[in-house]
Amino acid sequence: MLERLPHLLGIESLSREQIEFFLDQAKPFQAFQRHPLKKLATLRGKTVAIAFFEASTRTRISFTTAASRLGADTMALQAEASSLKKGESLMDTVRTLEAMKPDAIVMRHSSSGAPHFVAERLEIPVLNAGDGTHEHPTQALLDALTIRDRKARLEGLRVTILGDILHSRVARSNIHLLSKFGAGITLCGPSMWVPREVETLAPQIRRTLCIEEALEGADVVMTLRVQTERIHEPALAPEEYIARYQLTPERLRRAKSDALVMHPGPMIRGLEIDDAVADGPQSCVLEQVTNGLAVRMALLYHLVGGPPADAPHPAKD
Amino acid sequence: MFGQMRVVEKRQLLSIEEISRTLNRLAHEIVEKSGGAHDLALIGVRRRGVPLSERLAGAIKSFAHVDVPVGTLDITLYRDDLSTVGPQPVVQSTNIDFPVDNRDLVIVDDVLYTGRTIRAAMNGLFDLGRPKRVRLLVLIDRGHRELPIEATFVGQTIQTSDTEIVEVRLKEIDREERVMLVDRVP
Repeated sequence: MLERLPHLLGIESLSREQIEFFLDQAKPFQAFQRHPLKKLATLRGKTVAIAFFEASTRTRISFTTAASRLGADTMALQAEASSLKKGESLMDTVRTLEAMKPDAIVMRHSSSGAPHFVAERLEIPVLNAGDGTHEHPTQALLDALTIRDRKARLEGLRVTILGDILHSRVARSNIHLLSKFGAGITLCGPSMWVPREVETLAPQIRRTLCIEEALEGADVVMTLRVQTERIHEPALAPEEYIARYQLTPERLRRAKSDALVMHPGPMIRGLEIDDAVADGPQSCVLEQVTNGLAVRMALLYHLVGGPPADAPHPAKD
Repeated sequence: MFGQMRVVEKRQLLSIEEISRTLNRLAHEIVEKSGGAHDLALIGVRRRGVPLSERLAGAIKSFAHVDVPVGTLDITLYRDDLSTVGPQPVVQSTNIDFPVDNRDLVIVDDVLYTGRTIRAAMNGLFDLGRPKRVRLLVLIDRGHRELPIEATFVGQTIQTSDTEIVEVRLKEIDREERVMLVDRVP
């Protein structure tokens, strides 16, 4: 039994045991996604605030659905429609949400560290749904669950991450998680996206600019979305990225024949990944989406279910 | 929960032989009262209902020559006391790999007490489909119901007081096998 976490802010501060606990707790919720009736009353009467200060579709829908399948209500704050546009400060917005008495807040923000800032000031659990270029912990957990289901372990696997490592919170959370389990991590992409400093993120990191070399013998290949808003940065045309780094069937053959292909979505077909790979037998992309629900249900159950972490338990003997 | 509490054994309710004989009798009763074993399925409630349901299915196979499907139900997500219990209970898996629609289900648990576990189990089952019938089998019925729930198949009914605990130990889980009545003394 794990002591209840007050928040889920990142993978870096979690122990391997805590991560394993969450992966194990996600298993019953995976089975639940196949139930004909997908509605629990476990968190009935609880409210989860879904505060996305940055555009998102899939993560927002996933968290909203996870909360709803547990029986909780959600209150949604969307960046486009919010008063942020009118100049309200982050803390004022969050305090306004808090005044409506939610039991937890799921938060995405374009600034790294924003959820930590909020968590220090609120009484309720904060779940980080992605902060700037820092962390996206639930993505790393759902990726680990997907890998563990297919490979039965994380230890000793060779995982290659392709693309814009520098700006990717998905990569960062995955690197922290995989390194805690002793997986071998190879990072690959154009030099401005994979600078030498990425080697310091964790031990056992290999960095290469050559995709063929990066894929050699890999057990898992994670492609990241090319953030097109950044591709015009120092001299890299999309055609050049495609020519040098697109994951194609030919290149994938260098990985192990049963290597998994993963993508956090949204995929840009024809840019970072070829259609034949995205839809190929090694692709786990849709499994990742379903596992995302399971992981988020397990986390919401852990953080929101039961009495507040610091409340005295009603006398019961 | 039992930190500051001493627990003393008052008496043994069932020995290992009596447990075995009781389960055999209950297996016969199930088949007899079901007009055969064809639509039957057993649902063991975690934890100790699970080995009990497996043993009952084994017994039914030995005399009725029918394989009765056995499923495992975890009721954690259906409990009504999550907002009051101490540490967050860990969710275990539910494994029911057959459709429950139109099945003749027998929920199997070790002890029937307040009835709240069975209420939770029924909610869990109905999330999986619409069974034809649901009945309950327990090894021990100790009274003190808080809900209108009764068992169809009962191993032994006993009178207990609030402070007493019925401890069922099964070799699959506890490495010994017997049922005891224990009392908590302050």
